[in-house]
Amino acid sequence: MTFIPLFVVLPLLGAFIISFVGKYKKCFSDIFTNIITLTLAFLSFYSIFLLNTKSSLYIYKVGGWAPPFGISLVLDGLSVFMLVTVNILAFLITLFCINYMEKFTSKFRFYTLFLLMLAGMNGIIITADIFNLFVFLEIASVASYALVAYGIESEELEASFKYMMMGSLASLFILLSIAFLYSYASTLNMADLAQVLKEKGVNKVVTFAFVLFLVGFGLKAAIVPFHAWLPDAHPSAPAPISAALSGVLIKVLGIYSLIRISTIIGINKLFSNTLMFLGGLSIIVGVLLAIGQMDLKRLLAYHSISQVGYIILGLGIGTPLGVSGGLFHLFNHSIFKSLLFLNSGAIEYTIGTRNLDQMGGLREKMPITSATCLIASMSISGIPPFNGFFSKLLIVLACIKSGYIGYGIVAVIGSILTLSSFMKVQRYAFFGSLSKKSQEAKEVPSFMKLAMLILAIICSVGGLLIFKDIGNYFIKPAQEIIVK
Amino acid sequence: MNSDLKNKGMSLIVKTITRLTVGLILLYGIYIVLHGHISPGGGFAGGVIIALAFIHLMLAFGKDEVLKILPVTFVSLLESLGAVLFLSIAILGFLGGYFFMDWFAKGKPFKLFSAGSIIFSNIGIGLKVSLGLFGIFLVLILLKFKAKK
Repeated sequence: MTFIPLFVVLPLLGAFIISFVGKYKKCFSDIFTNIITLTLAFLSFYSIFLLNTKSSLYIYKVGGWAPPFGISLVLDGLSVFMLVTVNILAFLITLFCINYMEKFTSKFRFYTLFLLMLAGMNGIIITADIFNLFVFLEIASVASYALVAYGIESEELEASFKYMMMGSLASLFILLSIAFLYSYASTLNMADLAQVLKEKGVNKVVTFAFVLFLVGFGLKAAIVPFHAWLPDAHPSAPAPISAALSGVLIKVLGIYSLIRISTIIGINKLFSNTLMFLGGLSIIVGVLLAIGQMDLKRLLAYHSISQVGYIILGLGIGTPLGVSGGLFHLFNHSIFKSLLFLNSGAIEYTIGTRNLDQMGGLREKMPITSATCLIASMSISGIPPFNGFFSKLLIVLACIKSGYIGYGIVAVIGSILTLSSFMKVQRYAFFGSLSKKSQEAKEVPSFMKLAMLILAIICSVGGLLIFKDIGNYFIKPAQEIIVK
Repeated sequence: MNSDLKNKGMSLIVKTITRLTVGLILLYGIYIVLHGHISPGGGFAGGVIIALAFIHLMLAFGKDEVLKILPVTFVSLLESLGAVLFLSIAILGFLGGYFFMDWFAKGKPFKLFSAGSIIFSNIGIGLKVSLGLFGIFLVLILLKFKAKK
């Protein structure tokens, strides 16, 4: 299909054009960025349609070079699933930015960096070459380091520096393991690499490379022993960027890449046990660290660690049910976590604080923010009609069916603790009496309301994906790539 | 040359040597960029050498002299232009059927115009790298943060 490279070309083109036109025309960057992200969202939906009606695999040869020699771009079930998740969110986040980023100077630089990050993420998803994956991973990471430091306060610079150090370390691990794999298999194309590894067999070099991949992508995904940078980096960024980082960046850079690599090398028992253990650990540690926080965005950042644990646990079980649960939770988490971060941004926009102590009674002053935040809180804690419930249900069911009752109990306990910490958020921020700061609170401007409302609607109807008639078009093709 | 200008930057010896060498360095950088496809080097290496020529000038004469020739806005404009040039050559590949396809006439081997669109890509990369590197150097000089006490 000829439109596949557009997922990378459009945001890159947009980034460079905005960087020299945006300075002279103020509203140009708003309109142009939104047009690009909307186009990408439509293209990703169109590719779902293509994948389910015609062929289930599209290969694009960049520069006309045949696959083992040139770089090829691939559209299959898993990449379309990720593309839809990333590009819907990117559009809604840029919609939110139109009003929110007004308080920062030189908004066009922000859009340049955001589009570069989007180009990197889309590139990671569609590429079929592991070194190319590394290059796109660096584009996305470097753009995100700059975005975390966007406010240029000392706290933000410190968080960005910490994030950059950990991120570079992760990139180094990934590059080293790509070098090991290349020295062993003499090829970088993913399909070709899988073929060679099948013929030559897996030996210690491959296993070592795989452990390095696990550490590298684990650092990018902030799974528990490697999570130290996330609670600093995510709250420091402007709210829409926190939403993009927590919502999609850690999933694309960490989880998606790890899944891709594991489909090449093959999943064995030891690896799946390791993933499940790390997932269970992340669920509990993340949520326990979250409960005590009084900074709203920091609390949400700790919850990201915990919810990524659910995804990793589901994928680690390795049965079709578990993998669909993990992927479904990946989609749901990107929706409700971005919504929560956008809510926190809306609160910060009107009353200028993200400390839960200084909020209170915002339910009367900001009806739409509080309603959408309530929906998102119920989704993340797994209250039935919303999407978070169904994906957690799938993961717990898969645990019990495969005989891992302990992990099932861990998942349920994590969910209950999540509920308690979000009851705290609701109690402090939206209910109760009006605090001094929230006296002058107003509802946020229209584009911010629109973005939050659309996300809340997806939260409410996203649970429908559990039905076979709908999920078969979206989640099942992705799950079939991982578990055959 | 007035006395105010004389006092800025380094000593007379350095300035004289710089005046003699900087043109050669710049020319060598341009040579490396243009011949990237037939001899060692290329857009990145040549771009770094071009950036070094500007930095050399700035070290010897002080920042005001160089900013007169190359203002910050001009640097950032040309840098973006380099990136857009490279990307548009890649997009022009769609004319040949694929993204990044080299559909230009190939020419005779070992001649300057012999590798299709590679030379234009090298020029794009050279612009981006030289002015990007020089821009980083400028930012390090111009931006001053207040140290926290």
